[in-house]
Parts: sequence; C-alpha cells; structure tokens
Amino acid sequence: MAAGGAGMARELTRLTAAEIAAAVAAGDVSAVEVAQAHLDRIVAVDPDVRAFLHVAGIGALAAAEDVDRKRAAGEPLGPLAGVPLALKDVMTTTDMPTTCGSKILDGWRPPYDATVTRRLRDAGVVILGKTNMDEFAMGSSTENSAYGPSHNPWDLTRIPGGSSGGSSAAVAAYEAPLAIGTDTGGSIRQPAAVCGIVGMKPTYGGSSRYGLVAFASSLDTPGPLARTVLDAALLHEVMSGHDPRDSTSVDAPVPPVVAAARHADVSGLRVGVVTEFSGGGYQSGVRARFTEAVELLESLGAKVVEVSCPHFSYALPAYYLIAPSECSSNLARFDAMRFGLRAGDDGTRSADEVMSLTREAGFGAEVKRRIMLGTYALSSGYYDAYYGKAQQVRTLITRDFDAAFEQVDVLVSPTTPTTAFPIGERADDPMAMYLADLFTIPSDLAGNAAISVPCGLAPEDGLPVGLQIMAPALADDRSYRVAAAVEAALQERWGGPLLAQAGELGEQAGGGR
Amino acid sequence: MTDLAQLVPYDEALSRYEPVIGLETHVELGTATKMFCGCPTTFGLEPNSAVCPVCLGLPGSLPVANRAAIEFTIRIGLALNCSIASWCRFARKNYFYPDMPKDFQISQYDEPLCTDGWLDVDVDGRAFRVGIERVHLEEDTGKSLHMGGATGRIHGADYSLVDYNRAGIPLVEVVTKPVAGTGVLAPEAARAYVTELRDLLRCLGVSDVRMEEGSLRCDVNTSLAPHGAADWGTRTETKNVNSLRSVERAVRFEIARQAAVLDAGQKVVQETRHFHEDSGSTTAGRSKEEAQDYRYFPEPDLVPVAPARDWVEQIRASLPELPAARRARLQADWGLSGAEMTHLSNAGAVDLVSATVEAGASPAEARKWWLGELARRANESGTELSQLAITPAHVARVSAMVRAGTLNDQLARQVLEGVLAGEGDPDTVVEARSLAIVSDEGALAEAVDAAIAANPDVAAKVRDGKTAAAGALVGAVMKATRGRADAERARELILERLS
Amino acid sequence: MSITRDEVAHLARLSRLALTDAELDHFAGQLDQIIGAVARVQEVAAEGIPPMTHAVPVVNVLRDDVVAGCLTPEQALSGAPATEQGRFRVPRILAED
Repeated sequence: MAAGGAGMARELTRLTAAEIAAAVAAGDVSAVEVAQAHLDRIVAVDPDVRAFLHVAGIGALAAAEDVDRKRAAGEPLGPLAGVPLALKDVMTTTDMPTTCGSKILDGWRPPYDATVTRRLRDAGVVILGKTNMDEFAMGSSTENSAYGPSHNPWDLTRIPGGSSGGSSAAVAAYEAPLAIGTDTGGSIRQPAAVCGIVGMKPTYGGSSRYGLVAFASSLDTPGPLARTVLDAALLHEVMSGHDPRDSTSVDAPVPPVVAAARHADVSGLRVGVVTEFSGGGYQSGVRARFTEAVELLESLGAKVVEVSCPHFSYALPAYYLIAPSECSSNLARFDAMRFGLRAGDDGTRSADEVMSLTREAGFGAEVKRRIMLGTYALSSGYYDAYYGKAQQVRTLITRDFDAAFEQVDVLVSPTTPTTAFPIGERADDPMAMYLADLFTIPSDLAGNAAISVPCGLAPEDGLPVGLQIMAPALADDRSYRVAAAVEAALQERWGGPLLAQAGELGEQAGGGR
Repeated sequence: MTDLAQLVPYDEALSRYEPVIGLETHVELGTATKMFCGCPTTFGLEPNSAVCPVCLGLPGSLPVANRAAIEFTIRIGLALNCSIASWCRFARKNYFYPDMPKDFQISQYDEPLCTDGWLDVDVDGRAFRVGIERVHLEEDTGKSLHMGGATGRIHGADYSLVDYNRAGIPLVEVVTKPVAGTGVLAPEAARAYVTELRDLLRCLGVSDVRMEEGSLRCDVNTSLAPHGAADWGTRTETKNVNSLRSVERAVRFEIARQAAVLDAGQKVVQETRHFHEDSGSTTAGRSKEEAQDYRYFPEPDLVPVAPARDWVEQIRASLPELPAARRARLQADWGLSGAEMTHLSNAGAVDLVSATVEAGASPAEARKWWLGELARRANESGTELSQLAITPAHVARVSAMVRAGTLNDQLARQVLEGVLAGEGDPDTVVEARSLAIVSDEGALAEAVDAAIAANPDVAAKVRDGKTAAAGALVGAVMKATRGRADAERARELILERLS
Repeated sequence: MSITRDEVAHLARLSRLALTDAELDHFAGQLDQIIGAVARVQEVAAEGIPPMTHAVPVVNVLRDDVVAGCLTPEQALSGAPATEQGRFRVPRILAED
C-alpha cells in the first residue's frame, strides 16, 4: 500500500482485524501506520462518541513499532500482530490507569498486568487505550460511569449499551477493529447488539479473570467484541486458555472457534427457540428481526424447534441476588487504605469513618444500591431465602439448559428486548434498566457460551438488533459457526456489513448531542 | 475495668462453681509460601517486601490455594484423630478492617477440612481427653504499628502503619469442644492442652510454633456454672493469649472474675475480652453497636477441595511417631516413673535427653545434666533449655569423659560452663582450661606428701585410726591441684602413707 | 414494605457507606422495589436442589508451594493514599473485637 493520505487512513480503519493482520504480516502496511490511523480516528470522533477514558498514543505506537521490528527481523508474528484494540477499563494495565469507570479508582495505576492484557501484548496486539464502562461493570448503558456516558455511533443521543459500552462504541465507530469486554449479565452481548457489532461471552473459565477487577466472581467472563464473527474468533483464541493464576480457569484447549467462524454451515444443525422468551415485553422491530433470523436459519438447513426452559423466567431475580451479593464482598476492598481515593481523612477521624466517607464519595448510586442489596441478601436470617434460593434457581436454570441441549445444538433468542434507548431514559429507574439483560442472564448463570451477531435494523427506529446464539459450556465454537452462517447470509442480503448502514459520524457532528 | 479487689479467691470460686473451658488456637503453618499466592512466609523481612497483588488484595487479583497448606492441615487433623472432609469449600468472612487487605478473610465456615477428633493431655499425672471440634484453614492478616498516643497501643493512637508481609500466611485454627470436668485443674488443663498441641505441631513439622513471634495464638473461652447446675454458664472469649503461662493465668483470672459476678447475683456478659500480660487480668472489648454479621458465603474465586482418600491415607502413613506415643516409649526405655517423665516433659527436655542418649550417654547421665546443671543455667539466664548454646552431642561427650574418669563432676560443670560461654566443644575446653584429672601417680604422690607435711595434726589423727579425718587432707590435695586430682585415688594414697 | 428506611441505614453502616438522608430516602424506596422483585425466587419449588456456587464443576485446583516473585515495596506502596516508614499509613483504628 502506498503511504500517506487521509483516504488511506480511513481505509485502514475500515479494515477487519483479519485484513489488518494479513496486511501487516505481508508488509503491505506497517503496524505503526495502522495504529496512527486509528489514533487519528479517535481524535476525530471520540469527542462525540466518548468511548475512551484513556488513550495511550505513545504506548500504542511503541507496541506497533515493536511488531514492525519483529517483522523486519523475520521473527514469527501472532495472528493478530499489529491489530489495534480497545481494552475495557476493568482490566489492569501497568502502563495505563485502571478506573473501572469509578471515581474511587481515579488515576490508579496497577502494579501488574491482567492475564488478558499480558496475552494481548505477547501476541503483538496494539492496545490503543482503555474504554468507558458502567462503574464496576454494573449497568447496561455506560450511564453509570463516573466519567459520563459513551454514545452510540448509530445515534449519539442513545446509549451504546453496557457495561462494555465504551468497547462496543469504539468498535462501531471504527476507532478500533477489536475490543475486550466483560460479561456478567450480558455486558458484552447487549452493547454489541445495540451497536450493530459482534460480541461473544465465552464459556465461564475459558478466559482468565486474573486482573479483571471483579464485579461478580462466579459470573464475570472476559470476551471479544469485533465487527465480524471471524475477528471475534481470532481475538477469542488469542485472549483465552488456561491460566494457573485463576482457580476457576478451565484447564482444557480453547475450542476451535476460528475454524468454526470459517465454517459457516448450519445444515442439519438443531436450533432451539426458548418458549419462555416468546412472551411480551419486547419491541416489535426486535421481534420481527428475530423471527426473520430464525426463518433464515431454517432456510440455511437448520432444524428449528421450540424448547421450554421453565426456570428462565426466574433468571433475572436470581441474578439480581447473586451478582449483588458477590459484589458487596468484592467491592469491600475499596476502603481507602492501600490504593485509590481517600476522603475525609482530617487526622481525627477513625479508619472506619474514613472508609465510609470515601465509599460514599467514590461510588455512584448503582454501585451503592447493589452493595446494599448484596449485603442484605447475605445477612444472617435472609441468606437462605435470598442468596441460597437464588443459587438453587441457578442450578435449575443450568438443568434447563442441559435438558434443552439434549434436544438441540444451540438456543437462539434476541440479545436484548429493545434497541438502544435514549440516554437518560432509564437512568434512575433500576428495574427498567435491569430488563435489558433479560435474555442474556441465563447463559451467565449457567456459565455457558453465547454470542450476539447483528440481524438487522428495527424498522421503527432504524437501530440495530442482535441475535443471541447460546451453546453448551466449552462448545463456544458452535456459537461462532451459527453466527458466521447468519452473518454471511445477511451480508449477502444487505450487500455488505450492517454497520455500513450507519450514518457517517462526521456527518452527524453537532446533530446528535 | 474489673475491680481487682472484687475477685473471688480462686479456691473459693471453685468450691461453688464448675468451670468449662474451650480453646481456639491459631497456628501459622510453616509452608514456604503464603496460602493463596507465591510470596514467601519468612519472618522479619523489610516491611511490604513479601507482598504481591494477591496478598495485598489489589483489585483484579485472585487466590490459588497452596497444596502444602492443605496437606499440613490434613496432617494436623489426622494427628488429632479427626475425620477428614471428602469435599469442602472455602468461605468469605466479611468485615472491614485495615489490616485485612480484601476486607474479607478467606476462611472455612460450615465445611472445615477436619472435624471431630481429640487430644489426650496429662495434668499433674491425671489424663484428660480434650475433644477437637474442628481444624480449619484460613489466612492471616497484616500487622499494624500504632503511632502517636502514649502507649504505642491501639487505644489512643493517632494513626497506624500497616505492613502486609504477614497477610495471607496460612493459618490453621484448632477449635476444641467444651472441656468440662477439669474442676480446679482448669487453668493447668488449658496450659497442658496448648503445650501438648504445640509439641504435636512441632513434631508434625507443620509449624515452627514460635509463640514469641506470634506464630501460635490462643483465644480462651471460659464459663462457670454452680455445681450441679443442668446447664453451662455464659462464656467469655479472651482473645490473643499468646504464651503458655498467659493461657493458664487468663483462665484463672476469668474464673475468679466470673465467680464475683455470679456471687453478686449478676449475669456474665457473653463478650470478647482482652488479656493484659502485665496484670494478668482481662478487660471487656469495645462494646458493639450491633452484633457482627460476617455474611459468610462460599468463596467463588476458589473451587472446592476434595482430598482423595488415597492421598489422605498416604499422609496418615507418613505421620511421625507422635509426642504422647514417643513419651510412653521413651519412659519405658529409660525406666522412668510417670512423674519423672512428666518432669522431663515439662522441662522441655525430652528431645534433648533423647538426642543425648542417641549420642552415647546413658539415660541417667543425660537426665542428670539436662535437669541439673543445664536447667539451672537456663533458669538463670531466663531461656529455654533448647536455646542454650550446647548440643546433646556435647553433653554426651562430657558424660563419656566422666565415665572414663577423665573428669569428675566438678570439672564437668566447668567444662559445661566453658561450652556455654562459647569456648568451643568439650575437648577444646578441657584442653584450654587444663581441666583433665591429674592421673600421673608421681605428681599426685607429691601433692599427698605435701598435704601430710603441711597438716601434721590431721595426719596424727588419721594415724590414730580416725580415718574420717583424711577428708581434710584430700581437700588439701584437691586445692593444691585445683580440683583436677582423682579424689578417690588421693584418699587411698593418704591412708596408705598414714597406716 | 419489604425493607424499611432503618434497615437500609443499617445496611449502609454494614457496607461502610456514609449515606446522606436524601440518599437514604431515595434508596429505601428503590431497594424496597428491587427486593420485592427479586423475592420472586422464593416462588420456585427448590426442595432438595443443590445450590450452584461455581460455574465450573472442578475441584482441587491447587498450587505447588514454590516461591514466586513479589512486588517491590515501592510497587506495593505505589497506589497508597499515604505511606510512612515503608508502610501503609492509615487513620487510627478502633480496636477489633
């Protein structure tokens, strides 16, 4: 490729991760050029999108130079060497702050890298910066970030989903071809769905949690966001695998996700539609696109059946007991003693008082609500009725999945009941906000694999709708295989990626906000 | 503060009330690394130099359990005759405290690794079986220095400085069942239990049990009920009682204090109390605004522990001979009475005598030196026998020289003194101090003749048949040879010459 | 009401959150609504159903007792709000019970 020119820079930001990696490996373009193009794009659009909390220009260029030097020296390069990536600010990084979208960690520089961070660096992935998120990953809109919300590139007045909304917005706005998110109740899939991109929640334990600042330990799962199914699979493979620093890490080979993404064939596959998800409560355009997607799968040779998962309707209440309970304990360490914010230490107050004042000043409303809810659910006298019962429901939901996967290979549903809602609409209505995770939560509770892939725009608002494909634990490849087939068929129908139908951000400037 | 004047004299308290005690003992395990991370457990390092993201509780860090700590805990459980769980989980105990990095402690709650065992202890020749409720594994906290204020204690301090090197060191908690029926011996029984447990832990090689470094810490529960009462009384928990002597004193004090409370018609408050080394008394802990609710729940960051049965049996087979069995065997081998063995045990001399015997001394010789001269020296310098600068091999060598007639007891004591003073091994000391007995007949005869010549009156008495008077002449010979003469031989020579 | 304002105040104390009165009022209403909703789990017939605490059905993930690298004291203290003598300086501590 010839050097220079704004046109070429734009070209580079439109490439997929697979294309960038191939071009860098072939020497058609340098990793530094790719990194610079994306940094320029960030400068151009992020004042509107606000996907990033921290942009690491110098570090990104240095990492890119390293890739170029290795290539020049003939050293082997990883499959994503030289590809830029946006890292959710929940993963620790030694060379960038890690805030988790919270004031309590404002400016904190961890003395260690998360395992995912280290694996990305080792693979030659170029980390552009840290992305915005709902505070401590609690939310579905990024409105709970202490640093203000991110904006949906399809419509800047709307939410980009959450909690990994900075990551989904960055990818949808061509600020990065790849991003890391984390999923606890749907925090990868829901933002991917509302931004019209691909987001995968791997099997719990398939990707390491070491260095992921915990929200709910038994649910948190890091995973990839990308504009194509193949890119997501490539990132999935690079970031995953057994980690001896995480006791819950699965000690088994990473499922063959890249091969599956390249094998876009669903003929003969048994696909289940969950009866309990077919009730009311979701947007008509979402229902319409989902129904079409199911018909598409049938037309591609899949056998579609309805499957009952009777306990799924209890997933949401169970989740809102389990996740807050674990978070109330996980977030205790933010106590002003060893790191982070310290407020009210006037030399006379006790450590207890300083802890309480710091946590009051440093945590936002949603975090406080969940800490108190979890404290309540774990209290003696309430434990059995709330936390204990929720854990039993979790067993029943997992059994529902087990029974379903005896009949079908994958389950499908809409990813989230609505398209991106306007910023501010649900900001102080927690129950309304929680509904965004209605369809994504069961896979988190069971710990299995689930992907969201774009399946069109809702006619009423022209905003993206996501199709969720759930697969058994450690069968992540099945999700990719079905997603790749849906992606290929729909792109053929659309004449290109769904994201091509989004307006140019430059054209919207000043319009949305 | 309890009014000390209101305590009921101990014997009087026991005439009216029956005590029940219970002990919770925390022991730092002697693993190379911490419970959940690879930081070293070495004592006395530079502050905050043996820490990592895990034991500092930094956001994002995760625990991974130490296999050796699990194995050590099973060893302890087996030695205490416990059942070993086939499946158990760690739990989080949630409470805020600055020296606890995560503001929860990873512990075991309703699923301890070991349950339901016992330990036999001997109190003044009476055997008591102490039931063991549970043995579980948890992690230690950091250590705080309290700054400002008058005393350097937590109360009245202006601020504190925390070192997290200790945070995360594996801690085993051994909890007894309530111990009833000890009567007046309750304080001694408490001490005997902790002593026996300490010896057991040392013998198992799972901890070096240095109480002075805080690697073994006790909480002591005490309650009193009137003789013949159907129910036990309300118990208090005295925290951080950190020496054997203090364990005994804390129980004794609580019995006297609670008796006074009950005598006054009041109720004992179920509370935590603090023990004060200086006065030997206990005081009530800070009154709580609200009852502690630790909100225990299974630790989601750790998977369950399910010790394979063959692993447990392997560990059982590898247990060393335990202190009680060993004591019984040695007592028989050495031909000691029960009281003699108890004396040896209480003096902390069993291992030393055993090693001395192995090095060639007879049991009687070994006991004689360790319980005699050396015990006196240890007592004088306020140290444990085992901490004296002398080895069992040294003592065996000195015994051998006495047996061979090279040394007499008086000279032997001088040799021991020299070894203790760091002058070298016994042979070096004998050489340097010229302590060997004068066995040269010519030199001895000269000394005898000189003594006779210098004491004509005494010599005359001996000649008159008053052989007892020869002692004075022997004394003169010993004085002249600075104790190095063989007193028996000198006496023979004197009597020969004066017969 | 499933939860009272006083109970919320108690939860805030347990959670070390120095909530304002306005927050207490606000959260009390919201928590009441949320607890009412999540209490639906109690409708489920779950007798004899084991609780699921872990998504991964494995046991005995154990580490060998081998020393690994530590942080330097400088790294360890790097994020501390206050330090002194190589230690974390913290406000006065009320005695633990």
